[in-house]
Amino acid sequence: MSVYLLSLITFLPLAGAAVIAMAKGDPEVVAKNARYAALWTSSVTLLLAIFMWIQFDSNAVGFQFVEDVAWLSGTIRYQMGVDGISAPFVLLTASLMPLCVLASWQAIQKRVKEYMVAFLVLETLLIGVFCAQDLVVFYLFFEGGLIPMFFIIGIWGGARRIYATFKFFLYTFLGSVLMLVAIIAIYWVAGTTSIPDLLRFDFPPQMQPWLWLAFFAAFMVKLPMWPAHTWLPDAHVEAPTAGSVILAGVLLKLGGYGFLRFSLPMFPLASEMFTVPVFVLSIIAILYTSLVALAQKDIKKLIAYSSVAHMGYVTIGIFCANAQGIQGAVFQMLSHGWISAALFLCVGVLYDRTHSREIATYGGIVQRMPVFAFALMVFSLANVGLPGTSGFIGEILPIVGAFEQYSWVAALAATGMILSAAYMLFLYRRVIFGTVSNEALKDIMDVTPREIAILLPLLAATILFGIYPAPVLDAVAVTADQILIRYQEGLALGGATPY
Amino acid sequence: MINFDALQSLEPNALILFAPEILLATMAMLMLMFGVFRPKSMRTVYRIAITTLILATAALLFPFFQPGDFILFGGAVIVDDFARYMKCLILAAALAAIFMARDYLERTQLQRFEYPVLILLATLGMCLMVSAKDLVAMYLALELQGLCLYILAAFKRDSLRSSEAGLKYFVLGALSSGILLFGCSLLYGFTGATGFEALANAAGTMPENLGLLFGLVFVLAGLAFKCSAVPFHMWTPDVYEGAPTPVTAFLAGAAKLAAVGLIVRFLAGGFLPAATQWQQIIIALAATSMVLGAFAAIGQNNVKRLMAYSAIGHIGYMLSALATATFEGVTGILLYLFLYLTMNIGVFAAILLMQKQDSQVENISDLAGLHERNPGTAFMLAVLLFSLAGVPPLAGFFAKFYVFLAVVEAGLYPLAIIGVLASVVAAFYYLRIVKIMYFDTIAEPMRQTAAIELKCLLVIAGIINLVFFVYPAVLLAPAQWGATSLILP
Repeated sequence: MSVYLLSLITFLPLAGAAVIAMAKGDPEVVAKNARYAALWTSSVTLLLAIFMWIQFDSNAVGFQFVEDVAWLSGTIRYQMGVDGISAPFVLLTASLMPLCVLASWQAIQKRVKEYMVAFLVLETLLIGVFCAQDLVVFYLFFEGGLIPMFFIIGIWGGARRIYATFKFFLYTFLGSVLMLVAIIAIYWVAGTTSIPDLLRFDFPPQMQPWLWLAFFAAFMVKLPMWPAHTWLPDAHVEAPTAGSVILAGVLLKLGGYGFLRFSLPMFPLASEMFTVPVFVLSIIAILYTSLVALAQKDIKKLIAYSSVAHMGYVTIGIFCANAQGIQGAVFQMLSHGWISAALFLCVGVLYDRTHSREIATYGGIVQRMPVFAFALMVFSLANVGLPGTSGFIGEILPIVGAFEQYSWVAALAATGMILSAAYMLFLYRRVIFGTVSNEALKDIMDVTPREIAILLPLLAATILFGIYPAPVLDAVAVTADQILIRYQEGLALGGATPY
Repeated sequence: MINFDALQSLEPNALILFAPEILLATMAMLMLMFGVFRPKSMRTVYRIAITTLILATAALLFPFFQPGDFILFGGAVIVDDFARYMKCLILAAALAAIFMARDYLERTQLQRFEYPVLILLATLGMCLMVSAKDLVAMYLALELQGLCLYILAAFKRDSLRSSEAGLKYFVLGALSSGILLFGCSLLYGFTGATGFEALANAAGTMPENLGLLFGLVFVLAGLAFKCSAVPFHMWTPDVYEGAPTPVTAFLAGAAKLAAVGLIVRFLAGGFLPAATQWQQIIIALAATSMVLGAFAAIGQNNVKRLMAYSAIGHIGYMLSALATATFEGVTGILLYLFLYLTMNIGVFAAILLMQKQDSQVENISDLAGLHERNPGTAFMLAVLLFSLAGVPPLAGFFAKFYVFLAVVEAGLYPLAIIGVLASVVAAFYYLRIVKIMYFDTIAEPMRQTAAIELKCLLVIAGIINLVFFVYPAVLLAPAQWGATSLILP
């Protein structure tokens, strides 16, 4: 069973998508069937992912549930496996997907069949990225995700959807083709593209900066880091709610995952060399985009900018290269995965009722939607990083990690937390409090049971992991140590002295 | 020189190994006779042509198959794995061109028996091109296919654009043939040989010989014209646009295959010892083709013109693999050719499927809202377009992957980086078509022909491109056999 478990989790949604795609007949019936089939497929995938998580041994070193089949040529093989930094993301992806399907239940009325197919294909590709243990397989999944996302934004998006989807596609494509050249260079230098083998390979010091930069280009756009972040606000604003959820929840994390998986352990000398520039970019991202978020008039755009700022903590955590930093970075990615997903879902709840994302059209929501106001409050405070929520752990650990060696980084990053409090609370006040001035809000209804079912799991995760983060941190700890051991070895081998 | 004594005593083995070509030649002649005496029985001629192509493929692969390399007719031609691989693709492309034409020719009142005859003769020329081992044989094969293609391009003789395409193709083609012939005469004059092997030996012993290099450059210019590499590409968009669509598919498929096959055979097979001399030329051709193909296609509104620029770009990728002059490079080209052929057949089948009231759909904007009318066609076309753009996990990605594998191995990093960046630019115009099909609303009523062959071709091409990722190694072994007969790994 467990031998092909990862492939099963990865390709089950694809099989579901194929079945949905073949449905024919009355449009109403097809749409209804597509919704249920997508919900069932993603739920079974989630169950399998949970099963994988239970079976996962967080004390074991190396990859688990390994699969290895001949594929492209001699040494480029179809290899799958998970370790402490990829298993949580598989679970995150699998758990967000049923929520996405539920969130689109009524919001999506046109081309429902194609919509569900696109989402399930996207799920396959996203889970595949985290499971892939071969660079070429990784690249396949990493790039393949662009196709369904291109359609999701382009067909079901807002008014400027075509501009947004082209920008998204071309930016990300441009970033990652350079990584392809680097992957091929790695193939000829190391003779393999198998990630476990590459993690034991010492790359020549003069090559490392080039390879590092090529990978950095891909992940910098994906994460996104300042100044390559401009596609994100456009894509977020135009994407349908579920598209934003998956974009913020999982797609952005591919960048951070890539830094952890490749940049740090494979090119330690280059990582060391570029640490300070990365910190500078991260600090700019945190401070600058937070200020930009303050000035936004569109709720989704505000949350999109806040995502860029939060990803700044991830890069700081990763590149301070110590246990707190890396664990914190992974935790921040996961925590932001469900918090930003929840925030976008909350915006979706409002948008479904009023079809407006303008902050100015809201006000006094608390009088009409008290339950919703409560949920939004929890998620807003979690986004700020209030102690007791998972957001706090995710922001404090990278800062702690950075403080050890780079106290100036920690100090500036902490300023970002204050700014995030400013823009989130400012948003909350304008939307939720005040008087109901807009006529359209007079007879607005509170959240439905379906919406509660969507938001409740995310609420539970936010609070639960905020109070007791150990399950996640323990799972990450062993792998984080391995990455650090590799990093230190690589530095010692290159005879580098820290800056 | 061709050993004429050897020609007089033909060994029976030679005839068996040459069976596909002999079959093509005799059947083309017979069809010509048949057509003259029975001008009404179009369908029979088509059926004979299809049967002939299938039989030729069978003769190539099954009953007479003898592994190994055979030099025939006093060194004029060679039958090796490279030639077999290329001939398979060329015969398949010719078959597709005949299948694609039936419906189109019926609709445009162009049912003439000359079409299959010309296709068969051109195919014969192409098969000879990829197995030529001598300058004379090469030139004859090139002219045989060239002359057939000039007529085919002008096949819709009442149409101004088709006639213009044929004339333009002919005049420029004749010029390039002249240049090529001049190069051949220089090569012969300075080495005293016409056989590729003897030329290679001469190139190995006197690589700095100026006359030899001049000859090489002239031949290369002629060959670059045939495969429409920049800066010899000017004819391509006009001819592609003007020629009847099935002919364009044939030009873009089979003719490109043969031209690339010939240039690979000539350079990697023949002039390998002088690789340092021609590599720079090929690098320049490749880089400019990739860049021009990517940027020039952006402004196109005609699908066939767009496919012409796209072809120029794809030729650039194949030439960059050739520039490596390595085993991996040739393997990459062979894989690329197969996958490019499937994409081409698919896209042209899709173009032929769609028509407006009385004319063929040729403008990209006419595709608006195709998704709502013909979801199946739109889906398959989208798969092919993403594949052409080289987005994983579709087959086009693997084609580019193998090419870049070779390019990076040879250390040609600038070429690899130009290539990937050009592919991003190219992705824009492929995506633009997808955008028009999927995101825009219906502009103008359009119907689809009921031609089952076109649908089959589209679906087969689409499925190959869609599921190729499952086991991409399947094609690797044949391509490696083919490459081995030129360069040892």
